Amino acid sequence: MSLLELKNVSKIYGDLHALDHVNIKVEKGEWLAIMGPSGSGKSTMMNIIGALDKATEGEILLDGEDIAKKSAAALTDIRRDKIGLIFQQFHLVSYLTAVENVMLAQYYHSLPDEKEALEALDRVGLAGRAKHYPSQLSGGEQQRVCVARALINYPEIILADEPTGNLDEANEEIVVEMFNKLHNEGTTLVVVTHNPEVAEVAQRTIVLRNGRVDHETVNENFTGKIKHITLM
Amino acid sequence: MFIRMIGKAFFRQWKKMTMIALTIALGASLATAMLSVMIDVEDKINQELKVYGANIKVVPKDTSVIDELYDVGDENISGAYLKEDELGKIKTIFWAFNIVDYAPFINTDAKLSDGTKVDVTGTWFNHHMDLPTGEELDAGIASLRSWWDITEGEWLDEQGNEDPYRAMAGAGIAEREGISAGDIISVEGAGGSVMLTVVGIFDAGGEEDDIIYVPVDVAQEIGGLEGRIDSIEVSALTTPDNDLARKAAQDPSSLSVAQYETWYCTAYVSSICYQIEEVITDSVASAVRQVADSEGQILKKTKLLMILITILSMIGAALGICNLVTASVMERSQEIGLMKAIGAHNGAITGLILAEIMCTAVAGGVTGFFAGLGFAQIIGHSVFASSITMRPMVIPLVAVLVVLVTLIGSIPAIRLLLGLKPTEVLHGK
Ligand SMILES: Nc1ncnc2c1ncn2[C@@H]1O[C@H](COP(=O)(O)OP(=O)(O)OP(=O)(O)O)[C@@H](O)[C@H]1O
Ligand SMILES: [Mg+2]
Repeated sequence: MSLLELKNVSKIYGDLHALDHVNIKVEKGEWLAIMGPSGSGKSTMMNIIGALDKATEGEILLDGEDIAKKSAAALTDIRRDKIGLIFQQFHLVSYLTAVENVMLAQYYHSLPDEKEALEALDRVGLAGRAKHYPSQLSGGEQQRVCVARALINYPEIILADEPTGNLDEANEEIVVEMFNKLHNEGTTLVVVTHNPEVAEVAQRTIVLRNGRVDHETVNENFTGKIKHITLM
Repeated sequence: MFIRMIGKAFFRQWKKMTMIALTIALGASLATAMLSVMIDVEDKINQELKVYGANIKVVPKDTSVIDELYDVGDENISGAYLKEDELGKIKTIFWAFNIVDYAPFINTDAKLSDGTKVDVTGTWFNHHMDLPTGEELDAGIASLRSWWDITEGEWLDEQGNEDPYRAMAGAGIAEREGISAGDIISVEGAGGSVMLTVVGIFDAGGEEDDIIYVPVDVAQEIGGLEGRIDSIEVSALTTPDNDLARKAAQDPSSLSVAQYETWYCTAYVSSICYQIEEVITDSVASAVRQVADSEGQILKKTKLLMILITILSMIGAALGICNLVTASVMERSQEIGLMKAIGAHNGAITGLILAEIMCTAVAGGVTGFFAGLGFAQIIGHSVFASSITMRPMVIPLVAVLVVLVTLIGSIPAIRLLLGLKPTEVLHGK
């Protein structure tokens, strides 16, 4: 059984079909990239998978459970227990320190545990920045705090919507390396990206166009390492 | 974590939070001032009512008719009397608790040893009563005539000295007859002759200055009027009259059953009179129109005005809070969306915001409360020319108002918060 399966999922805004009968399967432990032009429905799909938004029609099976018809409160529980979200903007609470931002996710999940939160920051290489406020961190560092926060409750799947969209190459590489580490630990990853370099690292890439799955490519020589294309 | 977050959120939004606290402080101070003044002044006026003496006079039925026809004053020419042994019943009526003081009066004509005619009046000075309810009451003219100026000697103390043959003489007769405190005078009436020790001379500034006051039993002995009473003066705390009370005062039987119930169970002067008439045989109790009555009217209007100011200030505070809290939630919509996205339930976020606002409200409320006590003094001195005593009752009232207003003021912000979709704020649209 796949960890995640979308069956004929559509999202309709007025007469715009942001998603149009999409069928996707994601296996446990898989690293999947999603690409597509702007407006093709990538974020819409991520929001639906991430239980942040509801599909107009279709089934979304997470762990074999259809989350399409669940109540808002039940969706909140699913987000809390099973999903780690990473956004393009590094959404952190500005008046809390890095470690407190991570602990916030613990707080809403169960109990804040500072030691565990510090370990998570250590994993993303930010042990020394735990007491810094978001304004005192670089963009890359902020995004790494977001990754640490997404990890803290051991989610079944991590959803990242253009996680490197606002990062320079160096930071992009750090984040991709972190994904590789997570992948090696068995975490399921779905990463939306505009950047072919980032997409190519994944095991499989799905390309959306006008709300439909346009095509799909499998990375035959998957290494999990970024290959820089140097333009001549 | 929760407390740490509230603390930090506070610190970051200190300007808004200060504004919220100030808004609440302003509302709370007005409410405190108005409520303190209202409750205290009402009590004070009722106290004054007591100081200014009785507001109800009870006379025998026949006397009352003659009095109305011929206005013969205090002279008892009808020969009708009230019964002394019924006096205690006044403290058994429905509104017994509102009866703060009362005293019987029995007038008799007498002669001094040199043959001069004098009016002798028997009354209670500080008569002690053990009521059937177990309560005790000291009633009499010591407080009903508290404005009497004792020019010589002292008040006659019924409890301190067992000797009943004592008297207080008015300044007028004392001067004419050369009586001074400590003198022993002989008084003779229809019932016999007694020797009285004059313990005090008083100046009442009126007709009473020509009267010699003695305990009830002594006056009855002098006049041969055992067990009889001419009139009773009652000081009762009353509710200012309204239309219902005026209608009832004309004729209680004209009321419907429901109106009757309401009237009977409200401390109107007329219902208290009615209840006194029920317990004192063949009596007519009527309200003594006096300053306090018009003061009651003014008080009622002032009270209305104060309630209005309180309500308006509370509405103002609620609107202010509404604006500020909504602005604060909007400013933090990203943060709130994020919390929702990482799994915070609506209840948890609402709790967080409300806890912040409530802490602010408590700080503002306490500040406002103390400021309000100051306001109350200013109002008390400038409007009522008296200082205002803080009534403990004001504290819970203001606390409830502050909490209510804060909660109501937060409703729109909470609705906004509940309707906020994380997808709308998190993708930077
Ligand atoms: N709340 C909404 N109401 C109406 N239309 C919407 C809404 N959200 C998204 N859309 C539309 O749905 C379509 C898909 O949007 P989506 O954000 O999923 O695109 P995307 O693939 O993530 O694009 P980008 O690469 O620019 O982020 C777009 O045409 C967008 O205008
Ligand atoms: Mg997008």
